[in-house]
Amino acid sequence: MSNPLADMEKPDVIFAIGTNMTECHPVAATRLKRALTAGAKMVVVDPRKTRLAKLADLHLSIRLGSDVALLLAMAHVIQRDGLMDDSFIAERTADSEAFLEHIKGFTPEWASEICEVPAADIEQAGQIFGRGKPSAIYYTLGITEHICGVDNVQSLCNLALMTGNLGLEGGGINPMRGQNNIQGAGDCGAVPANFPGFQPCHDPASAEKFSKLYGTEIDCERGITKVAALNQAGDSIRAMIIDGENTVVTDPDRNHCEKALKSLDHLVVIDLFLTETAEFADVIFPATAWGETDGVQANTERRVQRLRAAVPAYGESKPDWWIVSEIAKRLGTPGFEYESAKDVFNELCGLSPIYAGLDWDRIEDGEYQWPVPDKDHPGTPRLHEGEFKNGMKGLFKVIGYRDPAEVIDDEFPIWLTTGRRLEAYHSRTQTGRSAGIEYLLSHESLEVNPNDAKAWGLTNGGMAIMSSARGSIEIQVKVTDMSPEGTVFTSFSFANVPVNVLTGSGYDPVTETAELKVCPVSVIPI
Amino acid sequence: MTQLRDDLKEQKLLTMTMDGEIVDFTEGETIYEVSARNQKDVPTLCYDDRLEAFGACRLCVVEVEGIRNPVASCTTKANDGMVVKTSTPAVEKHRKTLLELVASENRNIDVDELSGYASQEFANLIDRYEARTGRFAGKKSGTTNTKDKNPFILRDYDNCISCYRCVRVCAEREGDYAINIMNRGFETQIITEFNNDLRDSDCTFCGQCVQTCPTGALGDKKALRDADTEGEVKKTRTICPYCGVGCSVDMLSKGDKIVGVQPAMDGPANEGALCIKGQFAFDFIQNEDRLGKPLIRREDGKLHECEWDEALDFAAAGFKKARDEYGRRSIYGIASGRAPHEAAYTMQKFIRASFGTNYIDNCSRA
Repeated sequence: MSNPLADMEKPDVIFAIGTNMTECHPVAATRLKRALTAGAKMVVVDPRKTRLAKLADLHLSIRLGSDVALLLAMAHVIQRDGLMDDSFIAERTADSEAFLEHIKGFTPEWASEICEVPAADIEQAGQIFGRGKPSAIYYTLGITEHICGVDNVQSLCNLALMTGNLGLEGGGINPMRGQNNIQGAGDCGAVPANFPGFQPCHDPASAEKFSKLYGTEIDCERGITKVAALNQAGDSIRAMIIDGENTVVTDPDRNHCEKALKSLDHLVVIDLFLTETAEFADVIFPATAWGETDGVQANTERRVQRLRAAVPAYGESKPDWWIVSEIAKRLGTPGFEYESAKDVFNELCGLSPIYAGLDWDRIEDGEYQWPVPDKDHPGTPRLHEGEFKNGMKGLFKVIGYRDPAEVIDDEFPIWLTTGRRLEAYHSRTQTGRSAGIEYLLSHESLEVNPNDAKAWGLTNGGMAIMSSARGSIEIQVKVTDMSPEGTVFTSFSFANVPVNVLTGSGYDPVTETAELKVCPVSVIPI
Repeated sequence: MTQLRDDLKEQKLLTMTMDGEIVDFTEGETIYEVSARNQKDVPTLCYDDRLEAFGACRLCVVEVEGIRNPVASCTTKANDGMVVKTSTPAVEKHRKTLLELVASENRNIDVDELSGYASQEFANLIDRYEARTGRFAGKKSGTTNTKDKNPFILRDYDNCISCYRCVRVCAEREGDYAINIMNRGFETQIITEFNNDLRDSDCTFCGQCVQTCPTGALGDKKALRDADTEGEVKKTRTICPYCGVGCSVDMLSKGDKIVGVQPAMDGPANEGALCIKGQFAFDFIQNEDRLGKPLIRREDGKLHECEWDEALDFAAAGFKKARDEYGRRSIYGIASGRAPHEAAYTMQKFIRASFGTNYIDNCSRA
């Protein structure tokens, strides 16, 4: 997030797009609700009538994957109605001319055809956003899990730039990170493009720095993504180590994923449980869990916080860092003589500019949000205040609309979208083993609009076969007006209803993120 | 509080006299807030500093010069030049009588500390004021609703004192409005819409009502399973392991057993709030499905438990073989978005330092 969580109580206008926040980030959503009580306006863009959508002043139930069209038309309205922040554009941005010329063609009427919502609503959304100050943008995977995920994010950036809503208390662009330490995994350099602290792998100075630090020559080029690695499994990729991820259940296209893991010569898995993914491993190491592990994690607002062990480790389980270090030592790799999590974290701080002012003892109370460039720095709750990094300009991007990888047709005439539910987390390896959760959420279900249910011969509680180009699953039907006509929803939490057999139609060409939010299907009663 | 102090510098200095001392305050502060800042231990039952002041319990009454009757300090704004006494014999007597009255209508003063964060407030005040006198023994208030079979929230309204903190936290902090108040006086009941079970209401089982309840009328059913487990309750400050909000919690343990979770009221990301997962989904940790030993796939194609050294040697040998036969670009590492920094950091270092590639990713692409 560009702005701190505390800012969520301060916007004038809330623009929440592709985020089911009351279920996926419930505590953050309480702040938005308080902002609403205090008088903020809210526009929610989501195909589904979520709780957040019900709280909105304006809800746009757009067709799956049509976000770019909507955002282009909103930008069009903002320019047409003179709602731009001209001085912000002049002082802090670049490439505005091409962008402002580009959006002239994209009227609300044009977008209305694609998004399948009234042009008047699109117009109103642009006007509400443009008139607010601050107007804050919140989004989650409903924006990124598309073949045009990068386009979606850049379209949101365009909106924030043209209205001067960056570097502003209560404004900003705020992706809500879905996993407790997914931010931290990136911060630590567990990505193919960056060393720790987002120092680029293709930058010769960074590659040299880490080659020296790690005592071996490291390629001065990006690695491949996990998606590419799974595609090459059994060919160029022969051995893999997976820590704490149930790939088989949470990744798209389950059959493809299982085949990939099976074709490896050597698979090492570190986890708490014998997950569906671990079943494919040659060796599995038991890791210590939450409450048994000392460590650090970074939240969605870049706050670096301490995890503390409360009880002894289960059985012979060991911290992940210890397991990885022991394997490294056996390969003769130097630099893994750590005695504690503190040693590891302090090493990270020493070589990451954004953590340079931090160490194990300084984060005791969790008051720092990175970047913290030196020991005298108070941390950075709000990014982009006064200027962008290194005095750079905010760049407008010219973006066009594209259809999803697959669109509905006669064979698969229904849009399926997937997501999470409040009571379950991912593949339920944890929430599924917590007493009481099943009282509220005992099985998977497919949410179908009442009119569709009638038209397709489905009954509430009855079973259906749902199929896509990749496979079929059986699923129980739940009739609810949360789903708009023509679109159905389910989560991906239950192993006995493997919805990822169906998904996986395409990938964003830049990030290789899967289009998990769009999948044409057929639904037939059993 | 730091916010208030910063504001103070820019404003005209306002002062009042509290228990004979000159103290400053900012426009809009209540007498109670000023007293709390000055470490006066004014008792309260209906007060939660995250909620709008309510003025129901009358325990926080103080004497203000020029006003005949004591005033509720939580709802009375501080005024320039005000002279306040927070603890006079008359006020203390009033407080004791009130507590005796409240105690008389309650069936149970002492509840297990695992009931919730604020669950000891009532019993502590009763003891502080030596109010177990039974002076007003007679009619009891509250109507229990233990027929609600939800596995998380005990609804034993026999112990309800009508402070409405539960109703207010649900409305003001959560924005859920799942519970409300029915009837008056001894017949007061906390109910859901149509008086259904919580599951059939707008309740999200965030547990905030439980944690603010000062009597244990609302209790943490999961934690209370271990009320009779041996040992002192130990609190360990840590961060919730689910979504990216990063809520601070206190993990509760007795001996080696995790027994529950309470929200950290001073947590920077959550300020005391939690959701159902952070509040109640903790017991996967000590679930018997946990892996306690390494597993290795043997010639029979099945996974078998083995010793650490064998498993680590085997893991390393497999990577070495791949490197020798197919080159350093044949090995790939996937770090977890669920494990701590140290896991992700060592994983990327393992790949980069062992094989010289950037063949490392995490689970953010799905």
